[in-house]
Amino acid sequence: MIDPILTVRDLTVTFPDDNGGLEALDGATFSVYPQEFVCLLGPSGSGKSTLLRILAGLLAPTSGTFTYIAGPPRIGMVFQQANLMPWRTVRENITLPLELEGVPALEADRRAEDLIDLVGLQGFEHTWPRDLSGGMAQRVAIARALVHDPDILLLDEPFGSLDALTRERMWAELSHVWQVRRKTVLMVTHSIGESLFLADRVLVMSQRPGRIKLDLAVDLPRPRADEMRYTAAFGKLARQLKDAIGFPTGIGSDSRSVLDTRY
Amino acid sequence: MDLKALLKTARIPRRSPSWTMLVSLAAALLAWELVSRYAGLPAFILPSPGWVVVRFWRALTGGSLLLHTGVTLLEVLLGLLAGTASAVGLGYAVAKSRLFERLVAPYLVATQAIPIVAIAPLLVIWFGPGMFSKVLICALIVFFPVLVNTVVGVRAVPRSLRDLMVSLRARRGQILGKLEVPAALPILLGGLRIGATLSVIGAVVGELVGADRGLGFLINAARGQYDTALVFVAVFVLIALALTLYGLVSFMETKFLRWQETNLK
Repeated sequence: MIDPILTVRDLTVTFPDDNGGLEALDGATFSVYPQEFVCLLGPSGSGKSTLLRILAGLLAPTSGTFTYIAGPPRIGMVFQQANLMPWRTVRENITLPLELEGVPALEADRRAEDLIDLVGLQGFEHTWPRDLSGGMAQRVAIARALVHDPDILLLDEPFGSLDALTRERMWAELSHVWQVRRKTVLMVTHSIGESLFLADRVLVMSQRPGRIKLDLAVDLPRPRADEMRYTAAFGKLARQLKDAIGFPTGIGSDSRSVLDTRY
Repeated sequence: MDLKALLKTARIPRRSPSWTMLVSLAAALLAWELVSRYAGLPAFILPSPGWVVVRFWRALTGGSLLLHTGVTLLEVLLGLLAGTASAVGLGYAVAKSRLFERLVAPYLVATQAIPIVAIAPLLVIWFGPGMFSKVLICALIVFFPVLVNTVVGVRAVPRSLRDLMVSLRARRGQILGKLEVPAALPILLGGLRIGATLSVIGAVVGELVGADRGLGFLINAARGQYDTALVFVAVFVLIALALTLYGLVSFMETKFLRWQETNLK
């Protein structure tokens, strides 16, 4: 049995507010194993982004623990928006994590070039972020998250701000990047289709306060193609996830998107 | 606030000198020449442009125009430097700490409420008619706009980029150097652009109140002798000085803020 790279135990977060605090997370417990692609799936407001922020060291939990096997991890994070520095070119954005670690510029540039090739941005090395499309910018963000060879990739709905077609192309590209680099990935999403297309395992979170309701292994063969989404095996898994999430409570709740497997 | 939108408003349109400018300049000079020639005004009220040029040449070669210009320029630059340095330092502290902001904000606003012209005589009494009092006046007048822009600039650093730096375990100095300085730079340079022209005003005000050299002193001395052409010369040199400083900051903006310009599309 392989040891988990990340162990999360009873994580609870309560945000202070006027009536006794808002409970965002309620005892989330799970493990992530090396080279695994895990999706955290849940409706909006289930605390999944909060959970990711804790694991990235951006937020302290109210109680509970999380342990990385090798001490403080090197983290590669991708946010909902590409979050590039507008005063840096594509390549300079990608080398940022290496600069922070004091890697010599020549070596940093070489490693950035490798990733520029991997995410298909050849010819855009010296482009400013303002001249990139949403999909291109998010590819730069993915390259930046990989360049310092992190122990774990934390992806916070990285394709949430892209249009549907670009998003589906990005799934295939991320899947390809993951097959080449074999990183441990923890990705937050509210899309059943996205999680089944990408993940080895899907953790379903409940409505606020968030808990892990279901831990589902996705044994669909790789590489996964578009047609796979119309197979019976895929439909069965989608059904299981949908049942675990339940139907949205209240009219106008934006968890509607959870019911659309193709989203 | 959205940084991108803020940066867009902070951008200045860059104009190149064009024929329209030359035409309007020539027209103004012609009007001046005609008025001075046919309005029957004596030269000590309105000297002709030609006479001002002659006076300029004489002051430059025979007189002490270079010395006075040098003194004023030095006061302006030292004041700009001192005012900017203290404003950036204090502004950063104010931007980072709400407590510190609450402690010093009343005094900062109060200093801005005092008209600098009103306290200039006081500063000259306290610190003498030499250069120091002028540098101090320049620094004071530069201080506030640079401070405000520093605070706005540092506060405009996007939260999401801070998160990125923290997730990459950046040290405090790295966050300052690789995030806060470049992110705040456009707004900071905007403040410096205002400060540079204000500093020229500060130096002249100080010199008019009490000095034994500088362009403000020259204006005072020339006025006393009804040498109005020399007053014009000093005024034009001051305008040139302010425009040069303004241009210098604008040049820095085009150099450091290339990323704001669109290359494609």
